[in-house]
Amino acid sequence: MASVVLEPALAGRIRYRALALRRILVLAGLTVALVLSVCVDLALGPARYTLAQVISALTDPAAVSDQLRVVIWDIRLPIALIAVTVGASLSTAGAQMQTILANPLASPFTLGISAAASFGAALALVAGVALFPGAVQYAVPVNAFLMAVAASLFIYFASTLRGVSVQTIVLLGIALVFTFNAALSLLEYLASEQALAAVVFWTMGSLTKATWDKVAITALILVLTLPLFMKDAWALTALRLGDEKAESMGVNVRALRLKTLLLISLLAAIPVSFVGTIGFVGLVGPHIARMCVGEDQRFFLPCSVICGALLLSVTSVVSKVLIPGAILPIGVITALVGVPFFFALIFSNRRRAW
Amino acid sequence: MVALALDGIGAAYGRHIVLADVGIDVLKAGSLTAVIGPNAAGKSTLFKRIAGLIKGPGLVELSDSARGERAICYMPQDTGANAVLTVYESVLLAAKQGSSWKVHDGELVEIDETLKALRIEDLAFRGLGELSGGQRQLVSLAQALVRRPEVLLMDEPTSALDLHRQIEVLGFVASLAERTGMIVLIALHDLNHALRYCANAIVIANGQMAVSGASAEVINEAMLRDIYKVNARIERCSKGRPLVIVDSPCLEAPAAQPAQPAQKVPAPV
Ligand SMILES: Nc1ncnc2c1ncn2[C@@H]1O[C@H](COP(=O)(O)OP(=O)(O)OP(=O)(O)O)[C@@H](O)[C@H]1O
Ligand SMILES: [Mg+2]
Repeated sequence: MASVVLEPALAGRIRYRALALRRILVLAGLTVALVLSVCVDLALGPARYTLAQVISALTDPAAVSDQLRVVIWDIRLPIALIAVTVGASLSTAGAQMQTILANPLASPFTLGISAAASFGAALALVAGVALFPGAVQYAVPVNAFLMAVAASLFIYFASTLRGVSVQTIVLLGIALVFTFNAALSLLEYLASEQALAAVVFWTMGSLTKATWDKVAITALILVLTLPLFMKDAWALTALRLGDEKAESMGVNVRALRLKTLLLISLLAAIPVSFVGTIGFVGLVGPHIARMCVGEDQRFFLPCSVICGALLLSVTSVVSKVLIPGAILPIGVITALVGVPFFFALIFSNRRRAW
Repeated sequence: MVALALDGIGAAYGRHIVLADVGIDVLKAGSLTAVIGPNAAGKSTLFKRIAGLIKGPGLVELSDSARGERAICYMPQDTGANAVLTVYESVLLAAKQGSSWKVHDGELVEIDETLKALRIEDLAFRGLGELSGGQRQLVSLAQALVRRPEVLLMDEPTSALDLHRQIEVLGFVASLAERTGMIVLIALHDLNHALRYCANAIVIANGQMAVSGASAEVINEAMLRDIYKVNARIERCSKGRPLVIVDSPCLEAPAAQPAQPAQKVPAPV
């Protein structure tokens, strides 16, 4: 008989420390990859720069040529950074949705938040309706935001009702997706050719609408919500053992679920209203994170943030390399780039992914 | 030492009262108390009510507790989980609820000891999803024990375990209770285990407490006939231990018990 399971009787705590260290290294590696990806993203474009030029423009803007400075700081940096903040926000939102709804398919997309935002944007683009009369010049993002928040609040209040299970919430979300998609199709059917093109462009998602203001707002939302999630790290992880188990560990499951849902709504609605529908990141970012570091939220949460940011940043790079000169819709490219990668991960991963 | 008393506690799911007026003056600390009764009698519900996971009338009085909120720990009957976590992490998680991110060495030592005591240290770095049913149950037990409760409510903790593990786990919990003065309520379907390991027993039937007392007195032929609807004998084995031997289902009993006591209440309390 061969000795099959003769592992050295190493104390669990030593192996655990090693495991934790390995995860920290994975996080560090992903962060380095993210920084690199952002730099490459800055270097690519109609005018190509070397990485050295990019880095000197970033570190010492006064010393480089005006042209380089303007291109990097005013044009490319907002786009590169909004890829990071939006990717991070959507991925975090998806991760926590999957956690609190105990559903691997949950994401801002599946719960109808993106569809609602698209409908709101289309209302402005096609019918010229501004849901918030004060801001006509910003009607498109403001409409999108208001509709996204309305959808989230609907889901939120539905889940506060007694006896509404997580499965019901997911079903409600899917019903919202269909409703808003139908309404959107109706608007598109009635739209002029010009408006139709605008709607299609918007719904495909684009980072080119980035400004420093939008970068700041999306970053701010992340900075506000992440510490709140972090505070609940143990409780959120416990939720993945099932409601009853979590409760038996002293977690107030209902309150935690509602609070998290509210934070997620904010986290998903704002990026979507700025850059349009980028569905894939919110679904797949968390899954990649889960495969990398497992579901202990102390690692899973930062990893989801970084994976989402990296996914969108790499997509931005790929879309520039794919057809130089053309600006391809980022929402489409994310899926095209991400799906093969995701498949490869799933099929190469012998461990359970969910 | 901690003391627990139940005063007329009850519970309802929606309009269906499934537990009513369970009262016990003193639950004995330092030894096991079996909670027995047929399926759907209300055993799990009683545990959840005591642990505060569901609300209802009556009072659960906990006194002389050193740990306040965390004194009572309920180990659920359902042990399934598909989280991408290792066994070690899932136990750590149970220990760390409500405290900081930082994991101290002392906490890890405690986890090592708990896993070792249950002889599942080999499983420590296996994924939760890769465990067998019995292994899951042992992990679930580790998650409960690592919280160092003063009152432990175990819902059928041996239902998925093999013979060796069953007596090992029950013996371990019994000795732990004796050492620490813990109050342990344990829902069991194996009455021989109840006779052997539990000093006292509470019989729950149809959402009410039928009897309570020393297990050797409570578990008798009349109770088995009335509550469990079986013809059974209690006989002493060659070593002198009482054994429940079940002969046949009781024919005069109605064929199927209604699943719900289905008493209607005018309004939820
Ligand atoms: N979540 C729930 N919602 C509605 N009714 C419930 C719920 N959980 C239990 N019940 C009902 O409450 C009654 C008591 O159930 P409980 O789980 O307490 O039984 P039990 O004594 O633990 O049974 P078992 O031996 O099968 O575990 C049953 O009639 C059951 O159908
Ligand atoms: Mg039960």
